[in-house]
Amino acid sequence: MLQLRSATCLYRSYWRSQGSIITNRTKKLYSTTADNSIEPIRGLETGVSASKLLLRSVSSVRNNLELKAQNVAEGETCKMNMCQAINDALRLVLTTDNTCVVFGEDVAFGGVFRCSVGLADEFGSERIFNTPLTEQGIAGFAIGMASMGHTAVAEIQFADYIYPAFDQLVNEASKFRYRSGNEFNAGGLTIRAPSSAVGHGGHYHSQSPESFFAHVPGLKVVIPRSAVQAKGLLLSAIRDPNPVVFFEPKILYRSTVEQVPVDDYTLPLTSAEIVKPGKDITVVGYGSQIYALENAIQMIERDMPGISCELIDLRTILPYDAETVEKSVNRTGRLVIAHEAPKIQGFAAELAAEIQERCFLRLECPIERVCGLSIPHPLVYEHFYMPCAVRVYEAIKRSLTY
Amino acid sequence: MFPGALNSEYSHELKFVSSVQSIPTYQVMDTDGKVLDVANEPQMTREEARKIYKNMLTLNAMDQILYEAQRQGRISFYMTSFGEEALLGSAAALDPKDMVFGQYREAGVLLQRGFTLTQFMNQCYSNELDLGKGRQMPIHYGSRELHFQTISSPLATQIPQAAGAAYAMRREGTKLCTICYFGEGAASEGDFHAGLNMAATLGCPVIYYCRNNGYAISTPAIEQYRGDGIASRGVGYGIDTIRVDGNDIWAIYAATKAARKIAVEQNKPVLIEAMTYRVSHHSTSDDSSAYRSKKEVEDWSKRDNPIARMRSWLENKGWWAKGEDAEITKSAKAEVLAAFAAAEKLKRPAIKHLFEDVYDKIPPSLEREKAEIEELVKKYPDYYRVNDFARS
Repeated sequence: MLQLRSATCLYRSYWRSQGSIITNRTKKLYSTTADNSIEPIRGLETGVSASKLLLRSVSSVRNNLELKAQNVAEGETCKMNMCQAINDALRLVLTTDNTCVVFGEDVAFGGVFRCSVGLADEFGSERIFNTPLTEQGIAGFAIGMASMGHTAVAEIQFADYIYPAFDQLVNEASKFRYRSGNEFNAGGLTIRAPSSAVGHGGHYHSQSPESFFAHVPGLKVVIPRSAVQAKGLLLSAIRDPNPVVFFEPKILYRSTVEQVPVDDYTLPLTSAEIVKPGKDITVVGYGSQIYALENAIQMIERDMPGISCELIDLRTILPYDAETVEKSVNRTGRLVIAHEAPKIQGFAAELAAEIQERCFLRLECPIERVCGLSIPHPLVYEHFYMPCAVRVYEAIKRSLTY
Repeated sequence: MFPGALNSEYSHELKFVSSVQSIPTYQVMDTDGKVLDVANEPQMTREEARKIYKNMLTLNAMDQILYEAQRQGRISFYMTSFGEEALLGSAAALDPKDMVFGQYREAGVLLQRGFTLTQFMNQCYSNELDLGKGRQMPIHYGSRELHFQTISSPLATQIPQAAGAAYAMRREGTKLCTICYFGEGAASEGDFHAGLNMAATLGCPVIYYCRNNGYAISTPAIEQYRGDGIASRGVGYGIDTIRVDGNDIWAIYAATKAARKIAVEQNKPVLIEAMTYRVSHHSTSDDSSAYRSKKEVEDWSKRDNPIARMRSWLENKGWWAKGEDAEITKSAKAEVLAAFAAAEKLKRPAIKHLFEDVYDKIPPSLEREKAEIEELVKKYPDYYRVNDFARS
């Protein structure tokens, strides 16, 4: 299977390219047909590097309610990016659970994204090992280990290459407990896979396949948005007694640097998080999309004074937390859902339908979905494909002015 | 030399490797039950041997009755083991704690391990005592107690799983292994390739046991592959491999015993290809006369029948009296019929089991669906035939 030679450099050049848009250095107009409207992004510091959601300071960790509830907010923290936070979570679970093994393609030397760096030296080649290049084999092998009560943390190098393992995950892992009447289960299984757009990943280093798996009872599907989230959610995923597919937005691996509690902590699965409270409209997303939503909200609140938007990070795609979204929409009456995956049959369709059922009398306008276009993830056109801050901004405006 | 093939040497002859000598088929006794090389005489007590043979007869009796039961519409589906009863020999060679992964035509292994006729019937009837809670089609057996992983329909998925389970067993240091059964048709799936390659590279104590019975439903082996069966592939993966006469229970027994020793002592996979003939129809949904002659099937079952061979061996030893067969078959049939009648009378599992075990706990979204169905069941109890189901 094709793999980029230097996957680790993908995001660097992406953020460089984003930087030129962000800082708006050029005054040149690219189109003679452009009208005189001011581009909403102008003057705004955008992207992950400017995010106010990240826990960059120790005091922001101290104030985080979920970390307080876990009794780790007051403890020691360490500056980590998402790769390091994942590495830290793996090290913790390997230390506390002797049945835990970590394997996949190229994980032994540290992984193409450096998430398993140092683990083989520390825990030995019996516990951290390379497999042959076979995704269906990796998933099947992991299921077999889990069926013996062991903890198997398997890596699929890119989410784009998880499809050869689809049969093992959909027909086997998800149904293992149910079909056997709980005689056997594959609960010890966690599949990690880097996902989502990265600037120039093209068709096969950019995909967001979560909705394929969101249609499979028996699986859990989890996507973190930052280093702190990644550690807490990954520890939950690995310890959860159900098979979990854990998609890591690869663009966030280096860019989401936070003060991460050094202690062991878990963040709850099937629990959305209100990352910014608001009263007029609910905006829902997950993974790297959260940062585009953050920017869109900033633009709206700047351009429509008095309006406040509520931002919800879904975090778990299956089984998902409909209650938190329902409560929010019952207050705001408006809902915009965004994800990078193509719109057609994407997860937003499920959430929109569910919220429409639950909140019919409270909805003030149609539910908006801002998603990837229904095309293969394009290379040079990625900027048009993405459910970027501008598209979300327009959708929020449409909803508010409906 | 090159890192990809360390033992290769240069050659100056332009020559493609096309065929190697066919792998021989290991046999202990001939079709008359005569051990051909006294050194191969199985080390088996009279009682052990008689028990195995009785299980072969019981399996046969159960298959006949359940096949008929499906024909009468009393169970929805069935698959028999006719012609492949010697597979029991592999079960007899294992430690009872070795983990079994099967395909679907391995009921004999369960029988040899002590799965009761009642348990077989409960599963086929999907009744309230079925360990699987009535969720899977008949013959999808499983038992944690007997270290037999629950059967699933998708072919070959168990092959890489067995490698993973074996790796876990190796880490536990219990000196146990995994055995994984599959047909020659399933060996064409990608999971066969994945599983054998992983088992070899990762050093997994697993015995891969291929039942090469000549057919995958209607597809003859000649349309399934062009190499020397499945065994020749094992060598390609760097796996110790043997081909055995799958109608010769002692050849199977000896090969499995030796394979187990290699797997457990050397942490290596082993491949056994057992050559046999599927006397059965593929399943109760299949009439095999549509693609092979009845005469071919009759000839096979007469000329080379694993049960007859075992009986001849027992008789040669003076361990089995003429006429004992009829007696055993009769009592096995009576036992099957009694279990069958009891299973048929039981209710289906409680409706609540419909929603359990999807996850370890029922998630809120599923609780809502559960409430919806429960309300409907209360409202329309006749439509949902609630009295067919156990109460709690």
